[in-house]
Amino acid sequence: MKSTLKLIGASTAASVLALSAAQADDPVSLTIVSWGGAYTESQVRAYHEPWMEMNPHVTIINDDGSANALASLRAQAQAGNVTWDLVDMLPSDAQLACDEGIIMPIDHDEVLAAAPDGTPPTEDFLPGSLGECFIPQILYSTVLTFRPGAFPEDNQPSSIADLFDTENFPGRRALQDRPGTNLEWALYADGVDPDDIYDVLATPEGVDRAFAKLDTIKDDIIFWTEGAQAPQLLADGEVAFATGYNGRMFDAIEVEGMEAVIIWDGQVVEWDGWVVPADGPNIDAVMDYLYFATDTQRLADQAQFISYGPARASSSELVGEHADLGIDMAPHMPSAPENYFAPIVLDNDFWVDFGDELRERFANWMLQ
Amino acid sequence: MAQADATLMDTGGPAAKRGGTEKLVTADGVPLKRALERAQRRRKLVALGLVGPLLLFILTVFVFPIAQMMWLSVSNPQVVNALPRTLEALQDWDGRDLPPEPVYAALHADMVEDLERERRDRLTGPLGIRLNYEISAARSAISRTARQVDSFEAPFKDAFMDAHRLWGQPELWRVIKREGRPLTTSYYVAALDREFDEFGNIVQRDENRRIYVSLFGRTLMLSVIITAMTFLLGFPIAYYMSILPMRHANLLMICVLLPFWTSLLVRTSAWIVLLQQQGVINSGLVGLGIIDDANRISMIYNMTGTIIAMTHILLPFMVLPLYSVMRTIPPSYMRAAKSLGATPSTAFRRVYFPQTLPGIGAGGVLVFIISIGYYITPALVGGQSGRMISNEIARHIQQSLNWGLAAALGTMLLVGVLALYWLYNRLVGADSLKLG
Amino acid sequence: MAMPAYYTTKDKVWHYTFRVICFAIFFFLLAPILIMIPLSFNAAPFFTFTREMLTLQPEGFSLRWYQDFLSSESWMRSIRNSFIIGIAATLLSTTLGTLAALGLSKSEMPAKGLIMGILISPMIVPLIISAAGMFFFFSSIKIAQTYLGVVLAHAALGTPFVVITVTATLVGFDHSLTRAAANLGASPTRTFFKITMPLILPGVISGALFAFITSFDEIVVVLFVAGVEQRTIPREMWSGIREDISPTILAVATILVLISVALLTVVELLRRRGERLRGMTPG
Repeated sequence: MKSTLKLIGASTAASVLALSAAQADDPVSLTIVSWGGAYTESQVRAYHEPWMEMNPHVTIINDDGSANALASLRAQAQAGNVTWDLVDMLPSDAQLACDEGIIMPIDHDEVLAAAPDGTPPTEDFLPGSLGECFIPQILYSTVLTFRPGAFPEDNQPSSIADLFDTENFPGRRALQDRPGTNLEWALYADGVDPDDIYDVLATPEGVDRAFAKLDTIKDDIIFWTEGAQAPQLLADGEVAFATGYNGRMFDAIEVEGMEAVIIWDGQVVEWDGWVVPADGPNIDAVMDYLYFATDTQRLADQAQFISYGPARASSSELVGEHADLGIDMAPHMPSAPENYFAPIVLDNDFWVDFGDELRERFANWMLQ
Repeated sequence: MAQADATLMDTGGPAAKRGGTEKLVTADGVPLKRALERAQRRRKLVALGLVGPLLLFILTVFVFPIAQMMWLSVSNPQVVNALPRTLEALQDWDGRDLPPEPVYAALHADMVEDLERERRDRLTGPLGIRLNYEISAARSAISRTARQVDSFEAPFKDAFMDAHRLWGQPELWRVIKREGRPLTTSYYVAALDREFDEFGNIVQRDENRRIYVSLFGRTLMLSVIITAMTFLLGFPIAYYMSILPMRHANLLMICVLLPFWTSLLVRTSAWIVLLQQQGVINSGLVGLGIIDDANRISMIYNMTGTIIAMTHILLPFMVLPLYSVMRTIPPSYMRAAKSLGATPSTAFRRVYFPQTLPGIGAGGVLVFIISIGYYITPALVGGQSGRMISNEIARHIQQSLNWGLAAALGTMLLVGVLALYWLYNRLVGADSLKLG
Repeated sequence: MAMPAYYTTKDKVWHYTFRVICFAIFFFLLAPILIMIPLSFNAAPFFTFTREMLTLQPEGFSLRWYQDFLSSESWMRSIRNSFIIGIAATLLSTTLGTLAALGLSKSEMPAKGLIMGILISPMIVPLIISAAGMFFFFSSIKIAQTYLGVVLAHAALGTPFVVITVTATLVGFDHSLTRAAANLGASPTRTFFKITMPLILPGVISGALFAFITSFDEIVVVLFVAGVEQRTIPREMWSGIREDISPTILAVATILVLISVALLTVVELLRRRGERLRGMTPG
């Protein structure tokens, strides 16, 4: 009953909003900060363009400052001069910013649209994705990918354990130069159940165990820093295995035609989403935008442009074909049932707590 | 006296025109000495007035901001602001076992009070982030506790220990007590790969967590290598240009000046184009059959890349001072040495080389100072092994948000550079800094 | 370097080896910059010379990366920004720097060493530290991510060059000229514009060019202080190199090299003129 009411309320609100917004005279310019490149492009096509069409008085300025957003947000907040309207960031950064009080706490049921069937946002968004100040958009994952040509046809790798098996699967491995994902995989390959990984990693013995496992392949590792490097290293034949963001790998394989196979075993999944800077210049306009840009249809639309899974359950059945390639996108989503069989869900609280210490240890390990 | 005359004339004042020379009194009856002093003071004011605007400008937009940043390396308001009662209650605590119940009660009062503040003004968030620099998981101890603290009932000690395991560890309390002062040294302690032990002594960190000292070491080593490389490459060409006729030397000078004037990013990307796996050099070697396609050499995104690109970028800073010194060394000295029986190598070693030392000093210190604080090129072509201390400073400012540690690392770097510059000034004199 | 007749075979071998080494070093200096120019006309999106290019077939070459560059809105905006910021910063730093150099050249100037040290400190302090300091300070006075902020920052970085070049010009300056002008009844302002200015002008202009190129090439401060609206050419290149490096970067680089050549020529001409005016032999 409540949800039906909400649904009616929401749809009237949406139409009224759209109308009143269209009639408003004051031009509004929203500065939206995101990651740049293909990711910003997918947001422009799925969210910004339709929104600006409905609201001709709104212009959206895209800033690709997400990588360093925390510093700017803190500086803007301390100066009392917030110029950003909306920022795309990872939940761990959002957690820090939220603790600092520089972004707004969000009442998700209040400010977001319900699913078409009336399910309220707190139930519609996938479990564990909502944060105190964080509105998830997508689920992405870091996956292990390999070059089939590097191994005989009857002996192809299929699991994270194979990444650490240099005897059966020789060749160089490209890993990201940060502790996240690598430590989780080391423990997973060492026989730790995905659900217990962070409990083990929170103990000094667990950390030692993870580094000991990484030691076994250390001589074969090449580190990458930027997301674009991982598929590049695979394509050049530099490495046999590479870890990478599933969207980048999808692009390289399906769009560029790279010979590579994704191993979904042990994929490390993480959310990415919006936060609203406290005291932003156009809070009302931002809220209107968010209501629209995070509804079921819009999240599904984004998946037409990039292979990241929508954060709403109700969006998943609406995921269609790639806008340019025409291939069915559903099987390429990290959240597709056939891919989501042994996921490791990145624990942001853990990384906020132990990140500094483990980063130091990892940097030290890389230099040894 | 000639100097004084000149001064008077220069100001063009009446004293100058009518100033008698016999009576040493100006036409106004002012003694000449005082008139001179006045004129001198006026000229001093004029000079200061000319320099003033720029001095003020540099002090405001440059010196002050840096001083302010350095302040962050010792500023430590988080604990003091968030936990005033707790700190007071902790005063008598001996730092050994867990503190007594009144301390937990004070903590409860502090945290409950914080809940009444507006979300954005809450102090426990920054407190948790601050404490987490000293002890992992302190952030979630604070935030998890803050979520339930208003339902706590006495005895608070048990309630807190139920909320998070860290409240039952004296270590967290020691950190709170130690950092409960408005100024701290702990950022410098961390920047030196050290930490406080349970007795408050500064000790080395676990071996597997030491990074900054070795990063400083690597930065120094890379700077030394790069300075040595620029010297090895710069000395021959500076010498060659100095013995050529001026016309030819000027032509070759263009080869030095063109890179000097070309955008830093252009030069860095040029090296990416040349050195990367699919780049010009590797493809050339493969094309010539020297290496095979599967074994392309990795020359970039590592220390090699940083050294090659930075040597190229900084070479002009070595060549220019060397050249200007070498130009002034008369060739007759070498000829004299040789005619007196010195072999060419002895003549070079004993006569020529010592005279180039000022140039080597100027170029060397310049290249060293610049490379020790370099950021862009290592960030773009350095990969992991080619990173320098500047990259770590930038990371702490932009990503990890640990501004105190960034400021401490930056202050240490700045002090090092200023010390070098002071040395350079003593040895060579800053006036010898020439451009183009 | 003509070879004296008394050279022995060993001397000759050394003589030629030395020349080869020197030319190899000159090649090291120049080649990376020059090699980008032909590659920027590559028809294929690679950083190597394709077979078509090596055999000089026209289909191996194209202007597509230049088109890419010229038709990109963000690149065009960055050019506009680079010039706006560069020119504004140059005007500011040249005015302040020239005045200060005039003051510093006066013998009555007190605490000369200390003041000179402060004035040229922007050249000594590592950029990352300047940038971090300005980031915090400019944020707190609300001029981070504005043109004003970037201009002030770049002006500060450019002034040492103006101070140094103008001071160097004033070293050879004959002060009896201004005294003569004053003696003949010219006001200080008139003396400055009629006598001092024309004589130190070459120094001022080359200082200004240094200040301009400093701003034009500066990236670290821009990374910290500028917002998306103030992105300059180096900032745009930075993104391009980190994201995924395409030959468009090379097209931009080629254009920048041409600009540097032009500026370099101007500076050289000015230097010669300045020395002629001051009665020094060119050198």
